[in-house]
Amino acid sequence: MAVMFKKIFARARSKSPWLLHFDCGSCNGCDIEVLACLTPVYDVERFGIINVGNPMHADVLLVTGTVNPRNKRVLRNLYEQMPHPKAVVAVGSCGLTGGIFREAYNVVGGVNKVIPVDVYVPGCPARPEAIIDGVIFAMKKLGEVKPCRER
Amino acid sequence: MSQNTDALLILAGLAAGPLIGGFVTGLDRIVTARCQSRIGPPLLQPFYDVAKLLSKEPLVVNIWQVFCAYAYLAAASISLVLFGLRSDLLLILFIQAVGAVFLVVGAYSSGSPFSQVGAHRELLQMLCYEPLLILVTVGIYLQTGSFRVPRVFAGEKPLLFHLPLLFLALLCALTIKLRKSPFDLSTSHHAHQELVKGLLTDYSGPFLALVEIGHWYEVVLMLGLCSLFWATSWEGMVALVGISYFLEILIDNTCARLNWRWMLTSVLAFGLTLSLFNLVWLSMH
Repeated sequence: MAVMFKKIFARARSKSPWLLHFDCGSCNGCDIEVLACLTPVYDVERFGIINVGNPMHADVLLVTGTVNPRNKRVLRNLYEQMPHPKAVVAVGSCGLTGGIFREAYNVVGGVNKVIPVDVYVPGCPARPEAIIDGVIFAMKKLGEVKPCRER
Repeated sequence: MSQNTDALLILAGLAAGPLIGGFVTGLDRIVTARCQSRIGPPLLQPFYDVAKLLSKEPLVVNIWQVFCAYAYLAAASISLVLFGLRSDLLLILFIQAVGAVFLVVGAYSSGSPFSQVGAHRELLQMLCYEPLLILVTVGIYLQTGSFRVPRVFAGEKPLLFHLPLLFLALLCALTIKLRKSPFDLSTSHHAHQELVKGLLTDYSGPFLALVEIGHWYEVVLMLGLCSLFWATSWEGMVALVGISYFLEILIDNTCARLNWRWMLTSVLAFGLTLSLFNLVWLSMH
């Protein structure tokens, strides 16, 4: 019985990732591609993905852009408000490493300098197909994580 | 024997809420997506969502909110079970209203401004739909001579022919209750983000799942109320509910969200006028 419930929950988690999108100082190139995923052309709701505005409802944190000392704490705050199990997807060259801005005095670097990142989606800007692929990869990871109650 | 059937009816009512409600919500999401020329999620998506929410870490903002989520679910399921037992319509509506109030109290118990504003707006929505629901039951009473559900089934002609204007008023209340545009002010469904999530902002994880299951019970109860208007045949009931729900989805996809002043004046003026005309017309015959 317990095994069955575990399977159902794991499957449900991989079928319904609710997405929180945080623009960490991106040039908006990646953000437009993220929003393009919601349009009829790409229609991410096919995978059960919903773009939510509330970190307490989110499963996947999608971060675009470089991290700087000002929005570092905002990013960490959002991450900490999300209930377990959760995954982080860094999108675009800037989110991965800081991109062409990595040498700038006000840039901390990639998202992984502040919070643990599960999936890296490269590109400048990242293609919508690549972003959907990254989120689905994160979904599979979510499906493998044990529910918090059993930990 | 009758105790056995009662127990069966209670179990059926308890199971019908989540089952029918979940499938109706799934169908709703697919039809909505098709209206927007998208493919949409699988039919079982609402069940996946709720199962996922149940398995998430419980984050509690305020312990009262947990109590309110349970109270809302209890009230919603009790009102549907009473409907399944063919009880008194007024009693059913009052219990449903108690659940709705608990949802608002839960939202008020957290400090988040989104919750607070959402709770204000939910109260205004209740101010709009509760009088209409009561007037609908009053119309049913005037026509059948009783507030009890079996009397509706005893009628020879469908109620819709006697209460056409009250049915329109019920559709107004249904739009608010199903959280459809133009009246999804306090919180919105699918991927809409009104006030982040308004009323439901601070409900999360398993407690959001409880609220969602409670909402399914309410959806089934409201559709059950609609079906009473063609209680003479099963086909008529199913067809009437199907047509009403499809109308709601069309309205949802063609209307923009309104502000609360517009909702208050338009729904109360439109709904109350229609109901009063219908009631006067009924009492004259």
